[in-house]
Amino acid sequence: MTIPVQDLLAILPELVVIGTACLILVLDPILAASKKDLLAWLTLAALAICLGLTSSQMTGRQYAFSNLVVIDSYAAFWKLLLYIVTGLTVLLSLAYLKAERLNIGEYYGFILLALAGMMVMVSGADLLTIYLGTELMSLSLYVMAGLKRTEARSLEASAKYFVLGAFSSGILLYGISLLFGLAGSTRLSVIAEAIATQGTGNPILSLALVLLAVGFGFKLAVVPFHMWTPDVYQGAPTSVTAFMAVASKAASFGAFLRVFVEGLGGVSADWSILFTVICLVTLALGNLVAIVQTNIKRMLAYSSIAHAGYALIGVVVAGRQGGGAASTGLASVLLYIAIYSFMTLGAFALVGMLRKEGQESDNIEDYAGLAKREPLAAFFMLVFLVSLAGIPPTAGFIGKFYIFMAAVNGGMAWLAVVAVIFAAISAFYYLRIVMVMYMREPEGAAASHSRLETSPALSFVLACALAGVVLLGLFPNGLWSLATHAAPLLK
Amino acid sequence: MTSSFPWLSLIVFLPLIGAVLCLLVKVESARWLALAFTVADFLCSLPLWWLFDSSTAEMQFVERASWITSPPVQYSLGLDGISFPLILMTTLLMPFCVTVSWTAIEKRVQLFMAMLLVMETAMLGVFVALDFVLFYVFWEAMLIPMYLLIGVWGGSNRLYAAIKFFLYTLAGSVLLLVAILALYFHGGQTFDILALSRGTYGASLQTWLFLAFFAAFAVKVPMFPFHTWLPDAHVEAPTAGSVILASVLLKMGTYGFLRFTLPMLPDATVTFTKPMIALSILAIIYGAYMALAQTDIKKLIAYSSVSHMGFVTLGIFVLNVQGIEGAVMQMVNHGITTGGLFLCVGILYERTHSRHILDNTGLAGPMPRYALFLMIFALSSLGLPGTNSFVGEFLVLAGTFLWSKIATALAALGVILAAAYILWLMQRVVFGSPSPTHRAHLLDLNARETATLVPLVVLVFVIGIFPNPLLTRMHATVALLLAGPKTPAVAIEPSPAPRTEPVPTAAVAASLSYPSSGQATAR
Repeated sequence: MTIPVQDLLAILPELVVIGTACLILVLDPILAASKKDLLAWLTLAALAICLGLTSSQMTGRQYAFSNLVVIDSYAAFWKLLLYIVTGLTVLLSLAYLKAERLNIGEYYGFILLALAGMMVMVSGADLLTIYLGTELMSLSLYVMAGLKRTEARSLEASAKYFVLGAFSSGILLYGISLLFGLAGSTRLSVIAEAIATQGTGNPILSLALVLLAVGFGFKLAVVPFHMWTPDVYQGAPTSVTAFMAVASKAASFGAFLRVFVEGLGGVSADWSILFTVICLVTLALGNLVAIVQTNIKRMLAYSSIAHAGYALIGVVVAGRQGGGAASTGLASVLLYIAIYSFMTLGAFALVGMLRKEGQESDNIEDYAGLAKREPLAAFFMLVFLVSLAGIPPTAGFIGKFYIFMAAVNGGMAWLAVVAVIFAAISAFYYLRIVMVMYMREPEGAAASHSRLETSPALSFVLACALAGVVLLGLFPNGLWSLATHAAPLLK
Repeated sequence: MTSSFPWLSLIVFLPLIGAVLCLLVKVESARWLALAFTVADFLCSLPLWWLFDSSTAEMQFVERASWITSPPVQYSLGLDGISFPLILMTTLLMPFCVTVSWTAIEKRVQLFMAMLLVMETAMLGVFVALDFVLFYVFWEAMLIPMYLLIGVWGGSNRLYAAIKFFLYTLAGSVLLLVAILALYFHGGQTFDILALSRGTYGASLQTWLFLAFFAAFAVKVPMFPFHTWLPDAHVEAPTAGSVILASVLLKMGTYGFLRFTLPMLPDATVTFTKPMIALSILAIIYGAYMALAQTDIKKLIAYSSVSHMGFVTLGIFVLNVQGIEGAVMQMVNHGITTGGLFLCVGILYERTHSRHILDNTGLAGPMPRYALFLMIFALSSLGLPGTNSFVGEFLVLAGTFLWSKIATALAALGVILAAAYILWLMQRVVFGSPSPTHRAHLLDLNARETATLVPLVVLVFVIGIFPNPLLTRMHATVALLLAGPKTPAVAIEPSPAPRTEPVPTAAVAASLSYPSSGQATAR
């Protein structure tokens, strides 16, 4: 059997990523310990190549490998976002791994393998392809979560993530098998046709729908499938947490939207009710529980749960409304996740590099008086937090603006009202960090106060995240047109 | 009328440039820099007084540029008779906020000055924005600097006051965002404030929008019973923060009523007139009663603000020319007078480190010049004829009289109570027997402090005696506002979506038959 060349060309970015990952695994034992940084730069070079390759795939729609994989502007949107956040994560890791003395070369290999999984997820036109991508991403992340081998919390995070992740994968697979029984295929297009011809009354279909929702719910970390999130986010090395909170969430949203809109669009009325409920409990629980956290990584974990809730509003609207309202709903999800990525990555980058006597200081108390010790770092954190709270003129406001706009446009103004009330509540816990940084004095001797461990790589990451948060807040036109360009192809 | 020179952009963003520069320099230069930028901004806004064309109700000095293409959000600024006085008041007060903080603020001076300047940009932006989203951006953008101003440089209970201020105002204004979006889809897919003002909306939609607008604006004013954040925020904020809060921030709420609620939701406005007037009168009397009971000078002035702002909302919702012109006058006057009072209290606090009335008695002896200034502002605050506040309150009461005599009588009760709490305060603070504890610190005003207070005192009398130059600049705009959406001829540009001819409501139309307010000012 020969593989057509154009199929290979279609997945060239994936091939580059996987090839580089293998190269890194080979190079790692050969390289001297002092030269491991080289692997990070190699990773960045691969990402730069992919960025160029995917940019050329922005138009049209191309299937490869007998409709298992699809290359379209929707996939390209997510891939470009993934390259950027992966690149920033690599740079952050460069600083973070040194500070944590985690000099492990495979790390970058795992990042690339996870990225390859994510790329397959957003490009999958078949449930099994998407499942394979999900597994590749998850397996890499399980390992990365446990990289701090000497720390019990990191190992616990890894184990917990693995058990719950495997469990959710099983549920996902079960849902896929039911759909296969129904449609005779796992291709999304065939499933969509089967639903159109067989009608939507079949209880097996509803069951499959629920199982898929549960499976993706775990990956998206929405309530009530969020239990693993705070523990894993807290226990994992912070650079990995950032990667999980941003890239894994983005890829999961990419696959999730494609499956439910392209494959299960025929039963959108059913799943939009399901997701309305999930959206409401996610907003409520994520925002309310975040208030009582004393550890900033846990707080950001709950905040990321809440943000998935805001993004779900766009999904709900897209499910309830056809036509223009649906595509603006989906575009607003794309925009929201992209903006969320920058502000969350920025916040985690700061959290990871704020240290007290060589240790990560991730208690909120450790931020007391930071504005005096590290005025610039505190200001960066202020901007990220204000953006997470959705206050203009930051990008977070633009994200919420488009989401709420989609909701009002889709005749769901009540959902927008609920969401804005929770947004106001969320301001409380974000501002609490601002309060601690700016208005409190640290206790104890000055030597035990947390400080930012700066490095050129970290400065670059922070500058990029800040630029993203500020510039997308002031000039959202480009990103919005990208998102609207990518979204309608799903119909 | 489009002016070729971007006056408004210059005025709005000049302080922002100053804010960035303040963060980059040393402490002493930050002070001078902030002063230079606030004064320069005032000087830039001063020519508008002469350039402003008071014969037209159209927006002036309009600037338009596309900001977000889809949905169409514009960067559009403009000035009319309602925003014009507020702009001048804001730029005028800001230099005094800097000078009064000269020695009072000792820690993180650069950040403080930067936050003051960011506040100035946001506040000015609110008053000149002609696009609803742009307005909202400025409206919300001022939350963070104000939060920091209260929380970092405030009094002992500042953390509580800062977060309370933030959450109250944010909770109110997020609903405004949903209302803005709803208006967009019902008002012809535009965020242009002028186009939206010309639209007509269904009765139930108007009711919902009114309630959402009310949530945002009533918290900001603050109207009874949403006022509870105000005494806390006022008391804990540093002097400059109190001045900004009282003089400018509160006006954003009443400005919102005038700019959005009245023109966009005329039917709902008429429906809700009675409850709004009832709340206004409640605020007037309740605020005054609470002021009587206070032992903290700042808290007393804070409650007097609740009372005075009650006059503003009262004037707005009686829906006639006298009422609204009186309300705008009262907005400016309250800014000047209460701003002056807070400056006085701040100056005193720097000496005695107490805001308690009993710690600050008998100042006439040791601080005669200070006592004079305090007395003038206090008398202005109680609405003594010849001072600025009299003009505003008189017009509001005259307007209310046309609406209901009972309401006027009740509101006038607030004036009497104001005389009671102000005179009692003066009796103790100025003429009481000096408290022994702080004698040594009671130095009279220095040159910087005198310079801070003199311009405001001058304005107290100038506006009090010659209110007409200010009033004439509002006439056309207020007339248009009361004419409602009936006069599309004065619109700047044709509405993008042709709408059916709006029908003015009976009550709004009736108010038009009242004579112009000219005679009310000729005293």
